[in-house]
Amino acid sequence: MSNNILSTELCGIKMPTPVIAASGTFGFGEEFIDFVDLQKLGAVTVKCITLKPRAGNKGVRIAETPSGMLNAIGLENPGLDHFLDQILPRIARQNFNIIVNISGSTVGDYAQLADALDVDGISAIELNISCPNVKDGGIIFGTDPNAAANVTRAAKNSTSKPVIVKLSPNVTDIVSIARAVVDAGADALSLINTLMGMQIDINSWRSVLGNITGGLSGAAIKPVAVRMTYQVAQAVDVPIIGMGGIRSTEDAVEFFLAGADAIAIGTANFADPSITMKIADGLENYLRTRGLNNISELVGRVRL
Amino acid sequence: MKKIYNARIVSNLRAVDNIFKLVVEIDGHVSARPGQFVQLKLPSEEFTLRRPLGIADLNGDRLTMFYRIVGRGTQFLSTLDEGTALDLIAPLGNGFSIVDGEKILLVGGGVGLAPLLYSARSSNDADILIGGKTASEAEFWSREFDGLIDKKFITTDDGSAGVKGFVSDLLPEVLSKKNYEAVLVCGPPIMMKNVAALVAQKNIRCEVSMESRMACGLGACLSCSIDTVDGRKKVCKDGPIFDATKIIW
Repeated sequence: MSNNILSTELCGIKMPTPVIAASGTFGFGEEFIDFVDLQKLGAVTVKCITLKPRAGNKGVRIAETPSGMLNAIGLENPGLDHFLDQILPRIARQNFNIIVNISGSTVGDYAQLADALDVDGISAIELNISCPNVKDGGIIFGTDPNAAANVTRAAKNSTSKPVIVKLSPNVTDIVSIARAVVDAGADALSLINTLMGMQIDINSWRSVLGNITGGLSGAAIKPVAVRMTYQVAQAVDVPIIGMGGIRSTEDAVEFFLAGADAIAIGTANFADPSITMKIADGLENYLRTRGLNNISELVGRVRL
Repeated sequence: MKKIYNARIVSNLRAVDNIFKLVVEIDGHVSARPGQFVQLKLPSEEFTLRRPLGIADLNGDRLTMFYRIVGRGTQFLSTLDEGTALDLIAPLGNGFSIVDGEKILLVGGGVGLAPLLYSARSSNDADILIGGKTASEAEFWSREFDGLIDKKFITTDDGSAGVKGFVSDLLPEVLSKKNYEAVLVCGPPIMMKNVAALVAQKNIRCEVSMESRMACGLGACLSCSIDTVDGRKKVCKDGPIFDATKIIW
């Protein structure tokens, strides 16, 4: 049995499967080599890169919640130069698609990062305009259609790579943001990032997270993510990478039916580091048992 | 190599106070160094994250761990019966460096004593300094170390067993009795910090086992990053064992 009924192409990137590892949950891919055939993934979206190294947030960074978790890592990363000099040459040798997630404090930061990452070995750039855990960037661009469009345009003008924009669910109308970034040239959309949340320790009366608030992910957010994927897919014509709480083949199928062209797995990698492989196999089986010839036959097929 | 192993509970019993002793039988043969840990998956859809547990003993397919009930996850774990299937990722982290023939002093408190049990089994010249809140706790751990070590030293917060006070109160006297070549510490952060400061004055190698909330356990998610004199380090992958002089407390 060949795997090619899962093969897909997303804004010019050839993918053996439509199963992508989500940024921030998968390191630089190499951390998972004991559990995952990286070349079988559609892509690895590596940990967010910023111009300068960041130490991230102080104090407790994660908390488990009912069917989910909060995180407030705060974009800890070694910075652009270290990534280009030390990490990229090492992981690029392993021949898997690399999507680099980037975040900045200004429109110029995104342009500078997109330009510097326009190098061999990188398949696409994902704009993180939706991180809820840093004060000086990310989400301020993701909650306003004009700001989101400006960042997208600046990145598009600075790189020849496909530009994927990762949208925040912490908005009143995600469709208006999606339309704005597509009009500004976005080649694809990723959605959703985490929902802003909080947990309080009832003994100490303090917030559990050092950052006070954090991003909620995991199974708890899946219905929100499916709904947003559906709404955005109705409104735009670029490919969508759907994510948010996927931890099984059945969850993944819902996203395809809602209109996602590919899916990304995040938090579920923590409970089962080989979950991406299981979902890829499960999707293949799902298609075959229904006599479908390619994953694209599922996309957007929800019956209304 | 790190791997996901299926396992079954052999026993899961209250050891002392709110500390449980969990023994599992693993499908397959696992080897690990003292100080390494496993990530246990609770058999329930309700829990999103694995639970990192230190290795107290590992003999081929039989793994012993201790855990303290601190939240919903460990509360749930304590209700699981013999025969319950679960899975775990092992071995994780770096482990203590135990040099054959070295005179070692182990220092620990609470469930931090669990990985020191496995360390004691791997050394042929180790003493133990146990810190407990009460006599029942200290005496429980003391019995667990029977036959594994040379000398035992005990302190309790209330003085109900051993010397009244903290391990750091008794440590200078213990260190003066023998020419220890290494001190391996696992316990609450304040204990490790105070022990490390005293050992540093003696110019003896000191390794500490850092604890942190973690998600992946593989060095990917950065939930457990700490500051060291060599920059940011991940407790799960670069540790949990660190040279005490490198930690910024």
